[in-house]
Amino acid sequence: MNGTVITITSGKGGVGKTTATANLGIALASLGQKVVCIDADIGLRNLDVVMGLENRIVYDLVDAVEGRCRLSQAMIRDKRHPSLFLIPAAQSRDKTAIAPSDMVFLCNELRSEVDWIIIDSPAGIERGFRNAIAPANEVLVVTNPEVSAVRDADRIIGLIEAEEKGTAKLVINRLNPEKVKKGDMLSASDVVELLAIPLIGIVPEDEAVLVSINHGYPVVLNERSEAGKAFMNIGRRLLGEEVPWMELDSRKGLFNRIGKLFSGGN
Amino acid sequence: MPTRVMDLSEMEIKGIKDGILVHLDKAEWDRAKPELIKQIKQNQSFFQGARLFIDVGDTILKAKELGELRDNLSDQGIVLTGVLSLSNVTRETAQLLGLKITIDKPKPQKPSSIAPLDTLLKGESAVLLHRTMRSGHKVSYHGHVVVLGDVNPGAEIIASGCIVVWGRLRGTVHAGAEGDEDVVVCALDLSPMQLRIGSKIAITPQDQEKPQPEIARIKGNQIIAETWQHHRGDL
Repeated sequence: MNGTVITITSGKGGVGKTTATANLGIALASLGQKVVCIDADIGLRNLDVVMGLENRIVYDLVDAVEGRCRLSQAMIRDKRHPSLFLIPAAQSRDKTAIAPSDMVFLCNELRSEVDWIIIDSPAGIERGFRNAIAPANEVLVVTNPEVSAVRDADRIIGLIEAEEKGTAKLVINRLNPEKVKKGDMLSASDVVELLAIPLIGIVPEDEAVLVSINHGYPVVLNERSEAGKAFMNIGRRLLGEEVPWMELDSRKGLFNRIGKLFSGGN
Repeated sequence: MPTRVMDLSEMEIKGIKDGILVHLDKAEWDRAKPELIKQIKQNQSFFQGARLFIDVGDTILKAKELGELRDNLSDQGIVLTGVLSLSNVTRETAQLLGLKITIDKPKPQKPSSIAPLDTLLKGESAVLLHRTMRSGHKVSYHGHVVVLGDVNPGAEIIASGCIVVWGRLRGTVHAGAEGDEDVVVCALDLSPMQLRIGSKIAITPQDQEKPQPEIARIKGNQIIAETWQHHRGDL
């Protein structure tokens, strides 16, 4: 195998990086892929909580890097998908515990064993972000349709370009079509127009996400959830499938326009 | 031709077309590495943001050593882009770390069919930025600045001359930054966060109509933006 490393980042905190990581991990695993998710947010780990695997942690990322355990010992197998693994972050250390080259080595080792390596980047643009970005083949930038999140996403995209990681792809999370219609929220096309990178998914705002996080049961497992479907679609697009854009609103308009916007571009 | 910037007995730092090339091949690695870091700390503005290549000659470097250098450089905000070496071991290590092992050759220069600028036209120097200027990008230039792309909020352009944006201008711009108030700022969509010409400052009014090409300059004692259509006669 020659696994692909995807780093999920955003600049701003709280836009849904960890949620996206957990859900894409599960989406890809349920599509038959072997996946390992890595929590690079050392000192503030919570991917384990979102995935509901907190109580199984014995070794973590820093243990593996510093040689206190074998890599396979730090990989926690998911309860529901045997082809999904998590490497949790250390909680008692900080971002300087590992270096960008450690992440490159770790991922080089993992590449031969799995199809996808998904790295949950910490917020910010400092060491933690550099660690997360160093081994990436592809970068997904998560943002919310609000001015401050989009501003930080723009900055991050500039940094990713400077690192020569190619063009990042965009995930717009927590879009509320009602609010967009009332003019209280940026529309997806507003965001894409500003950031000018290809869109890979729009995830609607969904109560089920909050509930799912609190239960450690990622929303993509909930077939009735719109957000869950949206994450599954992103997983399919990562596998190269052409997935039509979801109709997030019963009344047509906005998303038809977006569909047109992107069928032409990429 | 590469321009020589400084010359130390054991380390040579050169500006190349693609970035900065540092020759470390004449010194022992244990001395060369701290010296490089020292040079970078002392010349922050020179190295900042550059693509760094190092030439290590026949020194054999393992992943640990190269990885450490890359991390130390990364802490200084510098991206180690490539390692040139005569040793296969070092080259393999560099590739493993995702580093280049050659400097991309600049494209062969075709003889230009364009005649040199007629000096009677009094051309002035300008820089062309063919890219999206994103939040955090800052460009200062002694002359005019032309951007072929958008200038996003959080990006900043400072020019002693005019600023021309073929795209949306939403960042902060300062034209005539050295006091020349006889300059203009124009854009296809002129909605800067803040627009300064010389010593005057203006912000974009909230109630923007449909975007259209506009040109801003000082008239009377304030910055006025007018539509290009309206202004065509006296550009």
